Amino acid sequence: MDLFEYQGKQYFGRFDIPTPVGDIADTVAEAVAVADRIGYPVVLKAQVKVGGRGKAGGVKLANNVDEVREHADFILGLDIKGHIVRRLWVEEASSIAKEYYASFTLDRPNKMHLGMLSAEGGVEIEVVAEENPDAIAFLSIDPVTGLDLESARRWVAQANLDEVAREQAATLLVSLYRCYTEGDCDLAEINPLILTPDNVVKALDAKVTLDENASFRHPEWDEFRATDTIDPREIMAREKGLNYIGLDGTVGIIANGAGLAMSTLDVVNQVGGTAANFLDIGGGANADVMAAALEVINADPKVKAIFVNIFGGITRVDEVAKGVLEALNRVTINSPIVLRLDGTNAVEGRAILAEHLNDALITEPTMLDAARRAVSLANA
Amino acid sequence: MSIFVDENTKVIVQGLTGGQGRFHGLRNRDYGTKIVGGVTPGKGGSDVDGIPVFNSVKEAVAATGATASFIVVPPKFASAAILEAAEGGITFIVCITEGIPAHDEAVTYNRLVEEFPGVRLLGPNCPGIISPGKCNIGITSGDIALPGGPVGIVSRSGTLTYQALHELSQQGIGQTTCVGIGGDPVPGTNFIDCLEAFEADPETKAVMMIGEIGGSEEERAAEWIKANMTKPVVCYIAGVTAPPGRKMGHAGAIISGSKGTAQAKMDALAEAGVYVCQNPTEAGEKMVEIVRSLGL
Repeated sequence: MDLFEYQGKQYFGRFDIPTPVGDIADTVAEAVAVADRIGYPVVLKAQVKVGGRGKAGGVKLANNVDEVREHADFILGLDIKGHIVRRLWVEEASSIAKEYYASFTLDRPNKMHLGMLSAEGGVEIEVVAEENPDAIAFLSIDPVTGLDLESARRWVAQANLDEVAREQAATLLVSLYRCYTEGDCDLAEINPLILTPDNVVKALDAKVTLDENASFRHPEWDEFRATDTIDPREIMAREKGLNYIGLDGTVGIIANGAGLAMSTLDVVNQVGGTAANFLDIGGGANADVMAAALEVINADPKVKAIFVNIFGGITRVDEVAKGVLEALNRVTINSPIVLRLDGTNAVEGRAILAEHLNDALITEPTMLDAARRAVSLANA
Repeated sequence: MSIFVDENTKVIVQGLTGGQGRFHGLRNRDYGTKIVGGVTPGKGGSDVDGIPVFNSVKEAVAATGATASFIVVPPKFASAAILEAAEGGITFIVCITEGIPAHDEAVTYNRLVEEFPGVRLLGPNCPGIISPGKCNIGITSGDIALPGGPVGIVSRSGTLTYQALHELSQQGIGQTTCVGIGGDPVPGTNFIDCLEAFEADPETKAVMMIGEIGGSEEERAAEWIKANMTKPVVCYIAGVTAPPGRKMGHAGAIISGSKGTAQAKMDALAEAGVYVCQNPTEAGEKMVEIVRSLGL
């Protein structure tokens, strides 16, 4: 789950990572109230989960109340690459002497944590990595031992951060590492990490991605979740505990396992169709989950046919079959359902459906056959 | 021959008394796997359909001589279970648990490497391993596999592992071993480990590899294949049509920027001499053609 900048900064606050004083505002009046409270000048920043907001006019400096009104009015409702701005972060304007970059993420090939630190922040780190890779100090961190202050001190020196910034930066990096590990982040990134003219180091931006698998030990994440998605189909799926991503096509997809679900999208595409969604019912899904999945797909008006592609392993096909029947009893499914059922308890599953098969509930023997059938129904 | 496990491998099930553990543990036993014990703290002395249950891995190993463990426990207990297995003397651990936090996996993996270098972990979040006719540890439906070889299968995706087995078995092509390495960010066993074992196994004549978008494991495998592999490899990579930046189910399946795309992986594998196919069915058909051309 990606956090908005303001949520990232609030999360940083839990780990004593210094950030500029600020608050959220959803209206022009709220923005004015926040600015009056903080004191001028302030910066108004669009809260969207997409890069390039500065270029799109989503970040503005305001020296007085009139400018706050003008900029807040402009930014709220602004469309930044398809993301409509509904919330602002208003914070004290920071003077900047230097811009650095710092992040922690998992280095998958090496199975270690990877710290990246650069004295050249404020620009996209991918660009720095491309044009001047020596400007990034990489630090491989053993997850068992972690990052201590001594290592962080050596690291900030190696990255050539300004002398006056080093001690504060080293402390901040240890805190950021704690935020990354104890906070269960997939990514904790600060760009820019700034040094002010009066020699204070702080995080001017926050990019945080949380590992959803760790949500069982983070009840505090619930408040982030409330603001996470905008696609109503995804909200409905989430409420039902489904792993769903909305797309633009006409064939609704339900599969078990991420790999099979992706492969189903690929195959639908190869036989001339378009997928309306990605939906993985996960391992061990029962009849309830299957019924919920069909209801979510059914709520999507673009869907013209539904392709249920199940290869049972931990998921039992008889449970899937029961779920299909349950969904048919519970709601009117608007589109024909094409099923391909194999694997654990497939014989039992097919037997459960056998007497219910008709023009709107069809089984096909293979994944390709089922894809072709679903696509031809969707395109008819 | 099979890789990693065979008909003599003695297996304990950590979590045998739970719903999933019981279902799949008994299914593995019915398949012919030597399931010699279960472990559930506090339930030592009881049994599950005749399989003795122990309080700890250590006790189970002492009593049964097991060398492999099948872990079926919820995510919050999985890391501790893996380490308990290693500490208890198990050398081959299969963990099917889905949903373990990435940081737990990273710590567990590195502790295994540092403290238990002789232990192999398969998974987490994988379907397990099946050597048809000999041993099945995990959640794969045994009836979709066909004994006798000559194909080895390695797959990063659970359900696509079954699909691959199914495609080959339907055509009468058997498998030596099928390994599901799982799609999590820190897998204990990777493509190269399996390719290396298949290359060394005289009964494996060709390998089917199933990858997916995200990460760089397929690209690394491609490099290894180019330098070391003498046996033909057929592959399929899932996720050609996946939108970038979205997490498709498990952590493995995410494209960041231009990195980790299906196309980049397919190009790297094709360049390494691998037969790259567009869907699982095509990969199965290609493998049939290769096996026939080898006169098998």
